[in-house]
Amino acid sequence: MRATVILFLLWFAVWIVPGSAAAPDSCVTCHAAVDDAAKGPAALIKNDIHIAHGLSCADCHGGDPTSDDPDVAMNKKKGFKGKPARTAIPKFCATCHSSPDYMRKHAPRERVDQFELYQTSVHGKRLAAGDTAVATCIDCHSVHDIRAVKDSAAPVYPLHVSETCAHCHSDAQKMAPYKIPTNQFAEYKTSVHWEALTKRGDLSAPTCASCHGNHGAKPPEVESVSAVCGTCHVLFEQLYEKSVHNAVFSGTGGGGGCMVCHSNHAVHNPSTAMLAGPESVCAGCHEAGSAPAGTATQMAGWLDGLDASIKKSETVLASAEKSGMEVSEAQVRLIDGREDLVKARLALHSMKPLEVEKPVEAGMAIARSTQKAGEFALHEKDTRRMGLAVSVLLIGIAILAIRLLLRRMEGN
Amino acid sequence: MSAAEIKTKTFEWFDERLGLRIARDMLDHKVVPLHPGTAWYYFGGITLFLFGVQMFTGLLLLLYYRPTVAEAFDSVRFIMTRVEFGWLIRSIHSWSANLLIFFAFVHMFSVMFTHAYHRPRELTWLSGIALLGLMLCFGFSGYLLPWNQISYFATKVGTDVAGTTPFVGPMLARLLRGGEDVGAATLTRFFAFHVMILPLFTCGLVGLHLLLVQKAGMSTPKHLPAHDLSHMKFFPNFFLRELMVWYGVLALLGSLAAIFPWELGEKADPFASAPAGIRPEWYFLAQFYTLKLIPSHVWIFEGELLGLAGFGALALVWVALPFWSTHKPDGSGNARLATGVGIFLVCYLVVFTLLGYFK
Repeated sequence: MRATVILFLLWFAVWIVPGSAAAPDSCVTCHAAVDDAAKGPAALIKNDIHIAHGLSCADCHGGDPTSDDPDVAMNKKKGFKGKPARTAIPKFCATCHSSPDYMRKHAPRERVDQFELYQTSVHGKRLAAGDTAVATCIDCHSVHDIRAVKDSAAPVYPLHVSETCAHCHSDAQKMAPYKIPTNQFAEYKTSVHWEALTKRGDLSAPTCASCHGNHGAKPPEVESVSAVCGTCHVLFEQLYEKSVHNAVFSGTGGGGGCMVCHSNHAVHNPSTAMLAGPESVCAGCHEAGSAPAGTATQMAGWLDGLDASIKKSETVLASAEKSGMEVSEAQVRLIDGREDLVKARLALHSMKPLEVEKPVEAGMAIARSTQKAGEFALHEKDTRRMGLAVSVLLIGIAILAIRLLLRRMEGN
Repeated sequence: MSAAEIKTKTFEWFDERLGLRIARDMLDHKVVPLHPGTAWYYFGGITLFLFGVQMFTGLLLLLYYRPTVAEAFDSVRFIMTRVEFGWLIRSIHSWSANLLIFFAFVHMFSVMFTHAYHRPRELTWLSGIALLGLMLCFGFSGYLLPWNQISYFATKVGTDVAGTTPFVGPMLARLLRGGEDVGAATLTRFFAFHVMILPLFTCGLVGLHLLLVQKAGMSTPKHLPAHDLSHMKFFPNFFLRELMVWYGVLALLGSLAAIFPWELGEKADPFASAPAGIRPEWYFLAQFYTLKLIPSHVWIFEGELLGLAGFGALALVWVALPFWSTHKPDGSGNARLATGVGIFLVCYLVVFTLLGYFK
């Protein structure tokens, strides 16, 4: 009986003590105790996504984490791999990340083609050729504190991607051997894409990886620039491809599709100044006074005219609304006018004046009618005030008449 | 037959059938006491005049208004943009509703401060309070009818508050909404309240109120002996003066409607988030702001519930005024306490309405 009780108590003690089943990880214990650079991984690892998924140091580096003896724990006979050489890092990570079976167990929705893509990238090819200065997995994703892409502290989180790339690509010393410019990040920070990403918080706005790819990173070829931009700007690409510019810009030595006019990293808000005037991008190819330059000026005039008419209409309607007049119908109609302006700007990429003229005319008709509605409302406001003045005057006369009547009655 | 004879014959024909002579005699004998507070008598008439304006403009709006979720907003916009003088009628209806409630409050407080609710005018006071309550119901139900964003969410908040009433809250909220949430059923229901049920009760109660005023005569200040006061004939002398005031109110109403036309706003979208800074009409602002100030929990009570209980208690004190405020011929009684309660009420309503508006 006593033995049964003791056995039960022992079982209960084992059962109740929390964490008694978890084995200590000697990698973390020892690395945390040292004072040199080897301490780094143990300090960083608490934020690592692999640890969060239940993996340990030994799952990547091998060895025996259950032994406190360094000679046993980091014994090659126990599968210890140690720190991989830079050239071996992609393959090292790919051991798991290219294995669909393995990934399915821990992160079934994760892709497994990163290594394959990396090998096609400029980084991958150079690394394979023995250039250890190029980016490997850890240069972008960090090491030992690797976070998920959706983690806002991750260096590959959309808001941080461009800075992560710029870490090397803005370093003139690092880029000198490759003879590539280092102003991409500075230019990108002036672009509408950067503004959308950082000021409007639009995480779908393009970063470096959106156009260049991430694991398979390389510059788009001249002929594929419009396809890259077209990923988001679908309709613009479709019209551009049918335009006379496509064959010229996207051909060999053509400058690269969209970027001939809009630049690549420093994509700014487009305006009609790009078509006509001293800042015209057309002037780079078409001489002033030539027929194409004249067409561009004409289309710029149409767009500016429609834009000005819409703004004028907006001002008149706003003034009428401020006066308390009901002009919401006209304001709703004006939205169609603004859409026509967008359509005209879009049609411009076909470089067919007739295609531009159609939405411009439709928009102008709307702008005219809404402006008329606004002016009518303002006129109506004046009429009402006049009517009010006359009514108040008549009421005043009526009051005066009653007053006189009372005086006469009460005087008698 | 001369014109005078035709007039006499016509009068006699109608008198034989309707008893017009009784009304004429009543008007001939009705007098209005003259004293420094005579001007307060006009406010009841102004309220009645504005109620008439509401009936008239409301009937005109009814010709075009369509009480469905799909059509309500567009029909009001149609009235304001397409119907001849539709903007004026709608704007006058909205402004007049606000002025009506304002002048009803002025009338009520004037009665309170001049202690005109004492015996035998208890029922006049109660019918007046009931009329004020009906006016507030008119305001609440009419506010939703244009079915715009502000009115939709204000009604949501208003019916939510009604839903917190102890015991009957959830039932009351369902009764008002015609369902679990503000929607098509609420609009139909509010429309029915606004154009049929409330006018029916109001017309009856206005009749009773006027009858009671006529029965008890005009109240005079207690410190002035009634036999020392001079009088003015109600018809035509006082009536013509009242007419001048009505004309003045009409001019004010027209000016407000023409210079500050009542806005329509945006069509209600139940799936949109509530507009920022949403608040009820000014006459509910004091209560709304008080409820906002009360913490969500006070000791073991829910804050909102406690606020409603406070309003209930205050309303009870106010409604029961003729029964606890006494005045005796020797000057004793607690009329001063009633004046103090009145001053407190006015201060509370003015300060909290302003705070609710500006904060």
